[in-house]
Amino acid sequence: MVRLTVFWALALVLCLFSACENMLPSSVPGDQTLDGTIDGLTDGQMKQFERGDEAFREVFVAETGLGPVFVTGSCISCHAGDGKGHPFTTLTRFGQADENGNPYVGKGGPQLQNRSLPGYTPEVIPIGAPFAKFTPPANTGLGFLELVSDADLLAMSDPDDSNQDGISGRPNYAHLPDYVVKSADAIPLNGKYITRFGKKAAAYNLFHQTVNAYNQDMGITSEFEPIDAYTLKPIDPEVSVNTVNDVVFYLQSLKAPIQRNASDATVQKGLTVFKNIGCENCHKETLKTKHSLIPALSEQTFHAYTDLLLHDMGSGLDDGYTEGIAKSSEWRTPPLWGLGLSPESQGGAYYLMHDGRATSLEAAILLHGGEGEQSKTNYQSLSATDKEALISFLNSL
Amino acid sequence: MKYIIAINMAFLCISLNGQTNFHNSGDTSMLLLNSDAMYHRPGISGKNLLFTVGGYIDVNSYYGATNGSMTGFSFEMPDLAFFLSSNLNKHISFLSEAAFESGAEKFKLRMAAVDIKFNKLFNIRTGLILNPIGAFNQNHDGPNYEFVDRPMVSTEILPSVFSNVGAGLHGKIANDKWAAGYEAYLTNGFNDKIIDNELDRTSLRSGVSSYQNTNGKPMFTGKLALRNKTAGEIGISYMRCIYSELDAAQRSVSAMAIDYSNTFLAKRLSIRAELASVHVDVPDTYLQTYAGQQMGAFVDVVGTVLERPIWHWDHAKFNIGVRLEYVDYNQGSFTETGGNIFHEIRSIVPGISFRPTPSTVLRLNYRYQQNVDFLGNTPTKTGAIQVGLSTYF
Repeated sequence: MVRLTVFWALALVLCLFSACENMLPSSVPGDQTLDGTIDGLTDGQMKQFERGDEAFREVFVAETGLGPVFVTGSCISCHAGDGKGHPFTTLTRFGQADENGNPYVGKGGPQLQNRSLPGYTPEVIPIGAPFAKFTPPANTGLGFLELVSDADLLAMSDPDDSNQDGISGRPNYAHLPDYVVKSADAIPLNGKYITRFGKKAAAYNLFHQTVNAYNQDMGITSEFEPIDAYTLKPIDPEVSVNTVNDVVFYLQSLKAPIQRNASDATVQKGLTVFKNIGCENCHKETLKTKHSLIPALSEQTFHAYTDLLLHDMGSGLDDGYTEGIAKSSEWRTPPLWGLGLSPESQGGAYYLMHDGRATSLEAAILLHGGEGEQSKTNYQSLSATDKEALISFLNSL
Repeated sequence: MKYIIAINMAFLCISLNGQTNFHNSGDTSMLLLNSDAMYHRPGISGKNLLFTVGGYIDVNSYYGATNGSMTGFSFEMPDLAFFLSSNLNKHISFLSEAAFESGAEKFKLRMAAVDIKFNKLFNIRTGLILNPIGAFNQNHDGPNYEFVDRPMVSTEILPSVFSNVGAGLHGKIANDKWAAGYEAYLTNGFNDKIIDNELDRTSLRSGVSSYQNTNGKPMFTGKLALRNKTAGEIGISYMRCIYSELDAAQRSVSAMAIDYSNTFLAKRLSIRAELASVHVDVPDTYLQTYAGQQMGAFVDVVGTVLERPIWHWDHAKFNIGVRLEYVDYNQGSFTETGGNIFHEIRSIVPGISFRPTPSTVLRLNYRYQQNVDFLGNTPTKTGAIQVGLSTYF
């Protein structure tokens, strides 16, 4: 009896070990997740990616420089799984009503640091100042967007609607801080450069965006932005140049979202509907990158469904606040790739449009006004089947 | 290093003396409580020595994956603990425990307390005291458990093994059917790292400041325990302190725990369970990732399926069991949406164990765990096969 029991116990253990692989959770398919690298990184690049990933996850505390006023304590808290943010991490910017600049820069603006370490008082929006809320965007595929040439952006723009299609996209322009290295093929205008990242397209490149985010989101100073968000005085850097560079490389080398069910008949029909009702006039299906030292990013065509330009979205989405030369009713066309995976980073729900006010794809479509008004009207007149196909397509992205 | 030398010297003395016996200072005719665990550890003492030494070791191996990403195979030695105790006279005793944690990464004095016994119900304890919050903190020796990992409620919600310098009273009355005990201590407490730490969540463990009090206010820890021979033991414990005065408000942290343990069917089936809840006064203007309320619980059910002489061992046992556990790092709701804040871990751990002797256990566990992030996104899934040995020495 004893020998039999010991035998069966040992047999169980052996079975367990031989079945080890099968007992462990399998990986999530690449098209179901937003994180992961582009292909073809060298060993050195992969190590830099990993350092950047680690820095992206670093949680700052008082001892390591957090705040004392801030929005959040880490990059990852706003971009869970490298996806879109949640209303919890929605940030507020205030002060600028028109293209004449922000009178609150240097006085606590443009970003509201609405949280603080114990013992400190967070900022409040000055009485009467215009403001808007911004939901953090997804990070994936940003390296591709960064490499679209200024010439291509200008080729898509039509500020005076010369083709009379009701769409008049234009790039945003801004004076750049000294630390931003301008691209060799940049096409400036009166000393200002085309900017493309952010809801109002106010950041020039991922380096500009990252330095700002450290400073304005977390109250972390760097050699590039040494002004403390609370005292408004320069202090020693709280994050190193190398770390900033690593995070920028991490963002540049995150893969592009992979479409799911692309060959599905309903999804394909949805793409046709998407184009037929005019969505693609702004949400351009295909863009291409210029030359890059990273082969996977160099001279590639990709499907981000954006033109990176500003469009007037009507009074319903006009919060009265703006950045750069954009009007307060103008918003940059957000890339739609990765849209279907948004709930995977937003707690299982959709929080769409610039401030997360739309909690479904249809609600987001119906909030389009201004240059998007005609497409919205076209959507409303679609048959239920076509609407369903369009939503299926958007969910597949 | 001086601890290691002292411990080695103690072993040397005993081996020279050549006499060993099994130390047990309690009265076995009376029911024991979890708080008695520190008095009833196996140990050895020399014939002419005034002290008793002992310890235990945990060695584990781990093979697992999270969402298909293999962590590979690794060995761990989470605990190598040494006990040293002595009866200075019939009414004064000294108890201590020191341990290497996480291999040799950290050497920590876990307990060094002097008990002055006046009578059953009035005894003074002072020194570095194991705070009596929950049952596990006082009864944490690896060989007492059939599972490789410590319960998460005891390590993630409560900061076991958790001790502080302080003083207080304890007492117990017992007969062969009933036992009741109390403990009440004032000790050093927590600091503001509870809500300012790199875990990005409320963490009592991050705020432990055992040896110095940062704000001049002591922490109270108290426990009441009642045991019936048939119904088992239930304990209710509570602790509270001020952890921060940074923003002029006196911000407090408190924890409450309920524990239960019992054996059935002539000790062939045992149940241990513990539930703990933590409340922290977090400033309204701070991050919601730092919770005002946390909770966790676990239940272990273990049954003996075979008990008989096997090979060299006269009282060998095979057990099977399962642990269910849950921790919620953040029981709040989002200010912005009103929705639930998640940040939870759920796990189920079936296992088998073999005890060649009561003080040694070989364990084989399979851990299946789901981690839900702060926002409630799709959980990450972890599976792990764990094999471990834990034994008193």
